[in-house]
Order: sequence, then C-alpha cells, then structure tokens
Amino acid sequence: MATKTALATEAGETAATGMPQLDFSTFPNQIFWLVITLVAIYFVLSRIALPRIASVLAERQGTITNDIAAAEELKLKAAAAEDAYNQALADARVEAQNIIAEARAEIQKDLDTANAHADAEIAAKTAEAEARIEEMRASAMESVTEVARATAREVVSAIAPMDVDDASVTAAVDQQLKG
Amino acid sequence: MAVEQEAGGGLEIHPMDQFIVKPLFGGDAVHWYTPTNATLWMFAALLGIVLLLVVGTRGRAIIPSRIQSISELAYGFVYKMVEDVSGKDGLKYFPYIMTLFLFIVFANFLGLLPMAFTPTSHIAVTATLALAVFIAVTVLGVVKNGVSFLGLFWISSAPLVLRPILALIEVISYFVRPVSHSIRLAGNMMAGHAVIKVFAGFAGVLGLGAIAPILAITAVYALEMLVSFIQAYVFAILTCVYLRDALHPAH
Repeated sequence: MATKTALATEAGETAATGMPQLDFSTFPNQIFWLVITLVAIYFVLSRIALPRIASVLAERQGTITNDIAAAEELKLKAAAAEDAYNQALADARVEAQNIIAEARAEIQKDLDTANAHADAEIAAKTAEAEARIEEMRASAMESVTEVARATAREVVSAIAPMDVDDASVTAAVDQQLKG
Repeated sequence: MAVEQEAGGGLEIHPMDQFIVKPLFGGDAVHWYTPTNATLWMFAALLGIVLLLVVGTRGRAIIPSRIQSISELAYGFVYKMVEDVSGKDGLKYFPYIMTLFLFIVFANFLGLLPMAFTPTSHIAVTATLALAVFIAVTVLGVVKNGVSFLGLFWISSAPLVLRPILALIEVISYFVRPVSHSIRLAGNMMAGHAVIKVFAGFAGVLGLGAIAPILAITAVYALEMLVSFIQAYVFAILTCVYLRDALHPAH
C-alpha cells in the first residue's frame, strides 16, 4: 500500500495540472486498452450473447403465441361443446313435449273409445231397462185389467147372479179403464 | 486514507489520486502497451459483461433464471431504445450501441467499488468513445444519404432568411456533440468519485466520530449509483439520436 501510494503521488506530480485526466502521457495506453476491451465486448456480444438472448426471446414469444392459440382453440371447442349440449337439451325437450303430446293423444283416444263404449253400454242397458219397465208396466196393466175384470165379474155375479155375460163385463171394464 | 497518514495527520486530501493511471506490475513508465489499473478495470467490465450475458444465459431457459432475466432486461431495454429512437433501420447497429452501453454501465458501477479505478472518469476514454460515435455516424450519414446529409443543417421549415444563420448554428452544434458527449460522462463520473473521496478524507481526519461524513458518503454513493446508470443511458440514447440523424437527415 505504501509503495503504491508513493508511486501514485509521484505520478500525480508528473501530471501537468494535477488532474490525472489531463496527463496526456497516459492517453495512448488508455485508448489502446479501451479499443481492445470494446472489440472484445463487441465480439462476445455479437457472436454469443445477443444471438442467444434473441433466440431465447423469440422462442419464448413463439411458445406464448402457441399457447394462446391452443387456448383459443380449446375455448372454441368448449363453446362448440356447450352449443352441442344446449342443442341436445333443446332437442330432448322438444322430444319430451312430443312424447307427452302423443301420450296425451293416445290416452285421449283410449278415453274416448272407453267413453263411447261405456256410453253405448249405458244406452243399451238403459234401453233394456226401459224395455223391461215397459214390459212390467204392460204386464201390470194387464194384471190390473185382469183383476178389474175378475173383481167386476165377482161383483156382478154377487149383485145379479143369474146371467153374467163375460163379454159385456170385459167391455165395461175396458170402458171404465180407458175413461 | 493512507495519504493522510503519510502527510502526518494534516487535512491533506488528494481526491484526484484515485484517477491516476499507474502500471499494474511495478515500474512507473506508462507506455501505450503497459497493463495499467485502467486495463484491469476495463477487463473487469468485460468480465462482468461475460458473466452476465454469456454465463448468465447459458441455460437458454424459456422461464429465465434471475441472472438471465437481468440480461434479457438489458437486451430489451437497449433494443427498444434503439428501435424507438433510431427507427427500425437503426436496429442493424444495435450490437454497437449495446457494446457502448454495457461497457459504460459496467465501468461506472465497478468504479463505485472501494479502491476501484473508473475508466469512464477519464476524458481519454470517453472522448475516444464519443469520437468513435461521431465519426461513425458522420461517415454513415454521408455514405447513406450523400449530399442530402447536409439537409441536416439546412432547416427547410424555417424562413429562408433565417436558414443560413440556423445552418451555422446547426453546424456548430453538430461539431460540439462529441465534446459534450464525452465531457458529460467523464465529468459526472469524476465529480462523484472526487466528492466521495473528499468526504472520506474528512472521515479519516475525524476518526471514529465521523458520523456526518459517513452519512454524506452514503448519500453521495446512492446518488452515484443513479448517476452511473443515467449517464450510461444518456450516452446510449444520444448515440441513438445521432444515429437517427445520420439515417434520416431530413428534419
């Protein structure tokens, strides 16, 4: 350290103005080494460092671009899948509506047939019942006539037992019943 | 510090001693080929650049390591600067500007290490850099544009009467460029280092109680870190501006 400082002060005294920057005797030395250093730096940069960094940056840019494109594609695929899903859902809904409508129509048809059948049966039964009622009424009427004739004959025979004319009794009863 | 002790404790500060160019391996003659402390620190800058941009990027990783991101950041920073300032056709000269920028940045920052020597504080170095830029840009301008390069000095948008006066001013400012370009860098580096050394001298004299000088050194040191970067940036961006003038001389 001491020898260095001694050297330094010595060299400092040789500088004309005391500013080492203006000691022109050191200029060739500095310029020479500066040029060597700059040329070395230039070669290191232009041959090795800059192409390498440029390729790394380009590669990264490429990777990013590819990834973005892939993401875009996947997004499109997802959108397509969603569309397909929605389409399928809509189709299914329509089909369900169709099935429901069909089923309803079928049921309606069955119901109508059953109704018609039941109506027909009811009508037939009604007609039958009515016929039977009519028959019953007729037979009842006949019975009433019969009873009336018998009663009348009995009454007539009881009142005037000598000659009972069946035909006249019947006629009289009929007359009476009609009236 | 050794200087003060040698001088017998008096307030004898030699802030400029740190700038003395001296041979590395003894002797006191500085021939043009002598390896000096300037050589050492220029090579240190070269080594730093190799470590950062070559060793740091050897992984070529898509997802970069920290050092690789720093070199990519430096690359992108200078590349964008050249592209923005000089235009697309200036990108051909990007490696040259990158060389200048990295050399100045590394020389400046390595010069901030204690006991270091700062090559960029020497006018010989900065003037060489600035003259190289000036000559290269002028030759490039003339070769690329021929006579129309002189249109740089003939401001066609100004009134005709003013044009000769403006041309004179433009010519003067053109030739002052390398001077301002070099002195700005050397002056900034020299001043900061000298100030630090002066405060260090105060600290040496005050001994253990030297809180104020140490705080001042810390503050100036922080400022110098900023200046180191800004001056390299300014040098590079001015080079880009000159390059743009050479490529597109029309105003």
